[in-house]
Amino acid sequence: MDLQHRHFDALIIGAGGAGLNAALRLASADYRVAVVSKVFPTRSHTVAAQGGVNAALANVLPDNWHWHMFDTVKGSDYLGDQDAIETMCREAIPTVYELEHAGVPFSRLENGKIYQRAFGGMSQNFGGEQAARTCAAADRTGHAILHTLYQQNIRARTHFFDEVFAVDLLRDEDGVALGALVLDIATGEPLVIEAKTTLIATGGYGQVFRTCTNAFINTGDGMAMALRAGLPLQDMEFYQFHPTGVAGKGMLITEGARGEGGYLINATGERFMERYAPKALDLASRDVVARAIVTEIRAGRGCGPQRDHVLLKLDHLGADVVHQRLPGIVDICRVFQGIDPAEKPIPVFPTAHYAMGGIPTDRAARVVAPARHGPEEYVPGLYAAGECACVSVHGANRLGGNSLLDILVFGRAAGQDIERYLSENPNHRPLTANHLEPALARLARWERQGDGEPVHVVKADLRKLMEDHCGVFRDHDTMTQGIEKLRALRARVESARLQDHSRTFNTARIEALELDNLVDVGMATLATALAREESRGAHSRVDFPERDDVHWMKHSLFWREGDRVEAKPVRTKPLTVDSFPPKARVY
Amino acid sequence: MKIRVYRFNPERDTKPRMQSFEVAARPGMMLREALLEIRALDESFGFRHSCGEGVCGSDGMNVNGVNCLACVTPLADLKEPVEVRPLPGRPVIRDLIVDMSQFYEQYRAVKPYLIRTEPLPEQEIRQTPAERDRLDGLYECILCGCCSTACPSFWWNPDKFHGPAALLQAWRFLADSRDQATDERLDALEGPYKLFRCHSIMNCVEVCPKGLNPTKAIGKIKELMLEKAV
Repeated sequence: MDLQHRHFDALIIGAGGAGLNAALRLASADYRVAVVSKVFPTRSHTVAAQGGVNAALANVLPDNWHWHMFDTVKGSDYLGDQDAIETMCREAIPTVYELEHAGVPFSRLENGKIYQRAFGGMSQNFGGEQAARTCAAADRTGHAILHTLYQQNIRARTHFFDEVFAVDLLRDEDGVALGALVLDIATGEPLVIEAKTTLIATGGYGQVFRTCTNAFINTGDGMAMALRAGLPLQDMEFYQFHPTGVAGKGMLITEGARGEGGYLINATGERFMERYAPKALDLASRDVVARAIVTEIRAGRGCGPQRDHVLLKLDHLGADVVHQRLPGIVDICRVFQGIDPAEKPIPVFPTAHYAMGGIPTDRAARVVAPARHGPEEYVPGLYAAGECACVSVHGANRLGGNSLLDILVFGRAAGQDIERYLSENPNHRPLTANHLEPALARLARWERQGDGEPVHVVKADLRKLMEDHCGVFRDHDTMTQGIEKLRALRARVESARLQDHSRTFNTARIEALELDNLVDVGMATLATALAREESRGAHSRVDFPERDDVHWMKHSLFWREGDRVEAKPVRTKPLTVDSFPPKARVY
Repeated sequence: MKIRVYRFNPERDTKPRMQSFEVAARPGMMLREALLEIRALDESFGFRHSCGEGVCGSDGMNVNGVNCLACVTPLADLKEPVEVRPLPGRPVIRDLIVDMSQFYEQYRAVKPYLIRTEPLPEQEIRQTPAERDRLDGLYECILCGCCSTACPSFWWNPDKFHGPAALLQAWRFLADSRDQATDERLDALEGPYKLFRCHSIMNCVEVCPKGLNPTKAIGKIKELMLEKAV
């Protein structure tokens, strides 16, 4: 086959907030940057982030980054790496100003400064009164940020490969990243992008669960690429269920709705969060609220004819606040529920939302993996940022408003470190046919003809399996069965077949490649969830209800080969301040 | 429910055809879900989609003659048989998937990014709530293309007329109190085509799934041009 090769200084896979912020930095510094995205960049899932981005600007109430850091460490249930968390909380402030300068239309206060709203888990003075730390553009913050970053990349003349699917990473014998084999979706032609550095910024994998807030494209492509390249994934058992998805459908109702004063009630009309988080109430951490909702429903206090959801009340806030601060939520309720949330409460249920785990990185966004000298050796030339990465700022549970922050801070950090790497490694390394072989074989596998199960059937079964066996509450028996079933399902993927082998914009082929990815990250999630015998953050074991700092204050690592799970230490030492030692987590 | 979809695969077909499918409608079902069921019956059927809630702008298409996003279009609101075609006026790549490159080119042509000449402050550039309110109805555009591909002026002169989506962006930055390139932006829109081919037919307003009003934005640009000329 006559394979075309292109050469760049940096290859960025994924055009969400992390990828675009890295690209912007590099393109502005005149490096040759290729951004490969399987969808047109503004379709990336960052666009759907609603609530906002945290930064201790102190525009509304007193604030400083050290308080933000405390909240994030506590929110992580002490599993977050404190050096990375310090970096993120300090960098939050210049990052938000930079976004504002780039054109993000943040909502404003009377004095012209950026508006900040209350969000779950955010406090003043190390666990005191509720903080106002979340900067927002109404409830379309992700949209505003993603479009602004794309626009600035147009200005910087970043080279975009739109609707191009990354098949696999390319690495040489020394493990150095050489770029990726990609597939032009429109033509069906493979293409080799050789790059001196590669950044994986492919986002999350919520599509592995049946009911989720994630877009159709969130299939864990980058995480699975890392697994196939022999790298581990970290902390995959920690998957966040957002407390307020639209019941039965999954669309997200931002936590900003509660930040503006909304609250949850059960079938008796009781404001039940009083029993679970007497101080923070509805603005307790997401894992706490999600578990409270499921507990209420299990106790028979759910709403509706099936008693299968609770209600989020906003009608007391007045139409002005609801329509001005939450216009996107009004749209979602109108379209999918036929109600105006300023008049009627919204039926909600916890929904699969966000991966805390991912490709392990350090705070410069360099991918790290255990090697001869220690548990965190750099993989030369390879970076990861955003939801697909685990720099471990979220630990066992992410606070609202910290995910946009994560992608922006560590996307930019990746750009910065790539600049440094390029100045030290100015030349392309040789790429041979051997390096390409596994990636081409993966493409060829879906060319097999003949009868076999269709991809969509296997995918639907996978999503049901993950929901049934790895949901909000977990236990040993359910997950053991889940793993058995997932092994059987993996065998079904091997014998599944595409019926349509045409080249031009073959969406079936892309979905088949995505299914490969989903199965691998699904196994990583189940295997690590079964291994961790404690409850911490989003990971809630019925059979091990307590947090166990003696045995489990450590990160998990999962390898694809043999579905192997190992552990590595948590970095409890920040950069310039004292550590926050583990404490009981009460809200 | 009977749904007729536009089919064209350039590797097999010399000309497009319509194909009928029967889909069992459920209460609250959106068109996108019906199209996914069609794809389950025939995996070769291609269309773009992603977020499923009207924010990513992938699944713009022409349904019963009107452009819309499939994911926020309730099946129950549609007249049978439902005729689903690609967005009009764009080259078809396959089935409902059209080539949007010219649309994106027009978008880039209006320099859709904030331009500042003065040095930046250390903190935010101050902007009053009233100044910020001027951006409402402008920044929410998701680039789905429903408006421009519903615009006769865009069909006739896609290479010269910028089209409603791009012009909405032009006004979004002209309207931003932080932007400092007003003259440059207005100069770039001079001439008989880029801006002035808008004849206020209002198709764009009718179809915008986000409820935005490009015609009004275009009117504001024209007003500003007049002001500057005087």
